[in-house]
Amino acid sequence: MIFATVGTQLPFDRLLLALDTWAGLHPKVPVVAQTGQTSARYSHLTAIPQMDQDRFADHVSKARVIVAHAGMGTILTALELGKPLILMPRRADFSEHRNDHQRDTAAEMARLSTVTVVEDSASLCSALMLALDQASAPTLKGDGGVASASLLDALRGFIWSGERGRA
Amino acid sequence: MLTLSRSNSPRRRVLAVASGGGHWVQLMRLRPVFEGTDIHYATVDPSARAMVAPATVHLYPDANKDTLLRMVLAALALAVIVIRVRPHVVISTGAAGGYLAIRIARLLGARTVFIDSIANTRQLSVSGRLAQRVADVVLSQWPGVAAATGAEYRGAVL
Repeated sequence: MIFATVGTQLPFDRLLLALDTWAGLHPKVPVVAQTGQTSARYSHLTAIPQMDQDRFADHVSKARVIVAHAGMGTILTALELGKPLILMPRRADFSEHRNDHQRDTAAEMARLSTVTVVEDSASLCSALMLALDQASAPTLKGDGGVASASLLDALRGFIWSGERGRA
Repeated sequence: MLTLSRSNSPRRRVLAVASGGGHWVQLMRLRPVFEGTDIHYATVDPSARAMVAPATVHLYPDANKDTLLRMVLAALALAVIVIRVRPHVVISTGAAGGYLAIRIARLLGARTVFIDSIANTRQLSVSGRLAQRVADVVLSQWPGVAAATGAEYRGAVL
């Protein structure tokens, strides 16, 4: 199963329509999408407007590949479970977000080995084929789900110190 | 040694605040920090309860700078939460609700730390910039952002 999510706030039909087209060409691969707000109709993917966190986590854990906007919730959940992740950042010039911070996020995340960043539907389709090939060799591992040791230590120090203004 | 000093110190009540989505996921990655504390969570999504049970989860309405009425409601809800919990320490991973909780908690003498989202790779969020005026510590998860804004860098949730 391929699981796609574009968050639950602003529409992101450019990603979902591209994925719907891909799903039409690959009927053997089930595609489920958390669509958020959308006015488009999808014929080939299973569209679910909004999921609670349990259902969302369940879909992420069952997916072979995650396709998503560059939202941190999805990125972190996919990384924890070691899932291959294809990110298409929202663009402000297409009115997909208020600003271009998703493009910055995606550029940073592209350094991670499980992350592929795509900008358009053609590169999304080729990234999907590649990710499905790689996902059949399950060598990826989740990263354990906790912050860096230095951050955890700094926050512990803050909690247990009596003084103000020190982390 | 840490364990020893903890057992001798009064129990710390910690209020951890995060909006939904990525803010909550980032907060969950800080959970080891809350071991040994009296931890309370405040968030916007009731399904968070199952993830942190048996810890107490308080709910407030989700709001951002474009939804002013909800922002007022969120501030009121967070004021009630902060007064009821009376935390020694407030930790937030954003967004607006975290800033509001910190602002209220500071009035009651809590120590507060705001961790700006790892999504903010080039500049602090609006909530992070506001938090710089009131929080004891504001952390960015990117060294470059920290250097440019006066926030501190102590690592990241990844």
